[in-house]
Parts: sequence; structure tokens; C-alpha cells
Amino acid sequence: MTTLTDFVAALGKYDFLQSALITAIMVGVMSGIVGSFIILRGMSLMGDAISHAVLPGVAVAYMLGINVLLGASVFGILAAMLIGFVASRSKIKTDTSIGIVFSAFYALGFILISLAESATNLHHILFGNILAVSDSDIMTTAVVLGLVVVFVVVFYKELFITSFDETFARTYGLPAQVVHYALMLVLTLVTVSSLQTVGIILVVAMLITPAATAFLWTDRLHVMLVLAAVIGAVAATAGLYLSFTFNWASGPAIVLVAAALFGLSFVASPKQGFLRRRVTQ
Amino acid sequence: MLKLTALTVAYDDTPVFSDVAVDFHAGAITGIIGPNGAGKSTMIKAALGLIKATGTVTFNDRPIKDSRKNVAYVEQRKELDLTFPASVLDVVLTGTYANLGLFKSPGKAEKAASLNALHQVDLTAFTHRQIGQLSGGQLQRVFVARAIVQDADLIILDEPFVGIDVQSEAAIMTILKAWRDAGKTIIVVHHDLNKVFDYFDELVIVNRGIVAAGPTRQVYTAPNIAKAFSQDLATVLFEPEVTA
Repeated sequence: MTTLTDFVAALGKYDFLQSALITAIMVGVMSGIVGSFIILRGMSLMGDAISHAVLPGVAVAYMLGINVLLGASVFGILAAMLIGFVASRSKIKTDTSIGIVFSAFYALGFILISLAESATNLHHILFGNILAVSDSDIMTTAVVLGLVVVFVVVFYKELFITSFDETFARTYGLPAQVVHYALMLVLTLVTVSSLQTVGIILVVAMLITPAATAFLWTDRLHVMLVLAAVIGAVAATAGLYLSFTFNWASGPAIVLVAAALFGLSFVASPKQGFLRRRVTQ
Repeated sequence: MLKLTALTVAYDDTPVFSDVAVDFHAGAITGIIGPNGAGKSTMIKAALGLIKATGTVTFNDRPIKDSRKNVAYVEQRKELDLTFPASVLDVVLTGTYANLGLFKSPGKAEKAASLNALHQVDLTAFTHRQIGQLSGGQLQRVFVARAIVQDADLIILDEPFVGIDVQSEAAIMTILKAWRDAGKTIIVVHHDLNKVFDYFDELVIVNRGIVAAGPTRQVYTAPNIAKAFSQDLATVLFEPEVTA
């Protein structure tokens, strides 16, 4: 069995492993930050939907030879708008609208991908293939991470107030819908950056699980954002180690570590109080 | 003065109310009363542009959309997520957001104003508490503190006294009266008919439209209550006065 020292030694030796680690950490950080707003806005299902709905965009980008981020962004935003349109122009509830739109986009994506690429690539898109990260992938991920950080720092108070009290934001004239769609766009970019690391199916876990774990430990939003980023990075690093050691797929390994951290927090965090309640009973 | 003219709201072509015309005067606390489903909150939300409506709404003779930063709206507390990771101070600070504009964060002046507002509502000791750890009355005072920070000329509160302690209710009324005396326009959606004389200078009685509007003494009458609510309620409320 590969020990931690072997893993560190391999990191020094193999460029592909270094690239994988750097990318995984960046994805962990950006998912934690954006995911915090997703869970606080009660949009976990929406996060899941958008992450699946980018699939046709990825396929079209492959077909046309354009940047994957561009293709995915178009379909991500299109899905978000369509979900909003169906929910607001009919008696259908938002969760139903999400279910209809994202499954349709996902299905379309499957067909387009199978037309455009081989089955191996489809597998990588669905489950991630972090050990094959290219230099351009690292650059793209770094740019998206930069965008996420700038977006959240610059628009912190707008994100705070529209997440906590949207009606209040609208009374003083803040265009809450613009903030919503800007967040959806950022979510789409994060999703695409995460494709290589955890794959489409598990992106939602990276968005939600570290953020939910951070939520259990703090009562302040800015602390939650930092904590979610750190937990995302730790899960990515530990997951990659497990993936390298046991030859597991990287995405599921990272997601399982994130889930384990959530489990520990659920039991031990003072806010949740599960352990404290058990002890005092 | 907040002026509503020909205000009409409809959901799926079913009108909630149509052609509403009513004035809310500056230097007065105006109560809006009416039975459940009468459209009290809807009227306020329509006036503020929060839901689709037709008609004209002006504040001090200018379209309401030009006065958005001059409006403090305290909505019903049930609409909010109280598990949100925000402290009492964080929430009060949001009252400074409108005037900060984009790209600027609250600084020392905004923090000082927020702490001062918390002092006015007697919540200094709770400054750093998470909002879900407060009682209903304390929480309502937090939102009044936010309205203090906004320093708006039009203040609208939707059912501010539901589920709160009497001390908080009195503290909030004291602040509303101070605002009234400073010439602000205060509107309170309210359900407790026993307090209308104590609390409101003017009254708007609604039931899918305006039943009556004007000074409380003139408007709060048995026929108007019978018309808006029911004859039974009018009888119960006004019988003792008739026999006295």
C-alpha cells in the first residue's frame, strides 16, 4: 500500500500528479465558495440541475472546436432561464420545472456526446479524470478560480442581501434577478472546471457537501466561505491521495472524503450539537 | 405622502383588487386593517413594486421607483431564513447598503450608525448573536434598527407585532411615534383591532379594495367593520360602546 510519504515522493516525481493536485485544490476552493451561496439560497437542486445541464454545451463545444467554457456557459444559463420561465409562467412548482429541464438537457447532452466523441470521453466527463489534466486545463481552472474570488469579494454585500432577504434588496432597487443569473453563470463556470476533477455527476457533491459542513461550524457568512473553501481543498487533497493509493476514480474518492468530513461535523460540531445532546442525555 | 392611484393587482386574471386610490399622509401613523386574504400585504407589495401591478404610485409627488432608497420596508418575519449565518449587526448593516451603491463595503461610519441603532432598540448586548438566537420581539427590533439606519422618509411595517412580547411592541411603537413626529410617513399592516385607537392616527380598512380611509375616529365604525369583516364582529366590538 502506498503510504503518505510515497504519495509525497510521487508528487515530487510526476508532473501529472502535481497538476492533478493543484487543479483539485483549486476546484475544491471554488466549489466551496460558490456552494455556500447555493445552499444558503436553498438552491441545492438548482446546483445539481445546472451541473447536469451543461452537458450538451460540452458536446457542442467539442463538435465545433470552441472553448468548452463558452459552450457550457450558454447551456447552463439557458437551463437556468428555462427553469425560471417554466416555473413563473405556469402553475408548475420550481422543483418540478428543474426536474423537467435538467433531465431533458442531460439527455440531449448524452446523445450529442455519443455523436461527437468516444465512450471513453463520456466516462471521463461523467466521473472525472484528474490524472489527465493538461496545462491549459490548469490555466482555465485558475482563471475561473480568480473570477469566483473577484465576484464574491466585489459583490459580497449584494450576494449577502439577496441570499438572506431578497425582498429587502428589491425594495431599495437592487436587481436581484441579475445577481441570481450572475451566480448561475459563475456556477456554470465552476461546474465546467470541475468536470475533469469530479465529473458532471458528482459536481453537486463538491458544491454542497463542503459548504454544508462549513455551515455546521459557524454563524458568520464570511467565515463559512473561507471554511468551505478549506474543507473543499482538504477533501480534494485527501481524495486524490486515496485515488492514487487505491487506484479509485478521483471524483468518487474526493466526494467520499467530503462526505466523511460532513459526517464528522454532523456528530461533533457545537452548532449541530448532536454529540453534546447525546452526552448530556 | 404616499399616493396610490388606480392601483390594480391580478393573479392569473383574477383581480385581488382593482382601481385602488388612497393617500397615506406624512406625519401620521396609518394602520391598514382588513380580514385575512383582504389584500393588505398585496397592496403594500404592489405599491413598492415588488409584485406586478398597474396604476400609479407616487411618494412626495415623485414616482415611487425614484424614491426606492427612501423607503424602509419591514416585511413579515416568517418570510426569512433564521438559520442564515448572519449576526444581528450584519443584518442592521444591510440598512446602509442602498446608499453605499455597488463596489463599496460598509465602513466605520456605517458600523457606528448600526451600533447606535441597536442601542436605540436596546439590543446592544445582542450585537454579535446569530439572528436565529433571538426571540420574536428582539428580532423585530433588529429590523426596526435596520429601518433606523436607513433613515427613510417612508416606513412600512407588515404585521410587526405578531408573536412578539409587549415590551418589544411598546419599544417599537415609541420609535414609530418619534418618526411620525419627525414628519415621516408610517404605514403599519395590522390585525389586532383592539389597538387601533392607541396606535393609529389614520386608518385604511381594506377588503379586496378600500372599504374606508381617513382619521381613525371617523373610519373605525361599526358599519365599516361590518362591511369589511362581518356584522357579528361589528356587534361584538361596538356593542359595549352603544350600551355605555
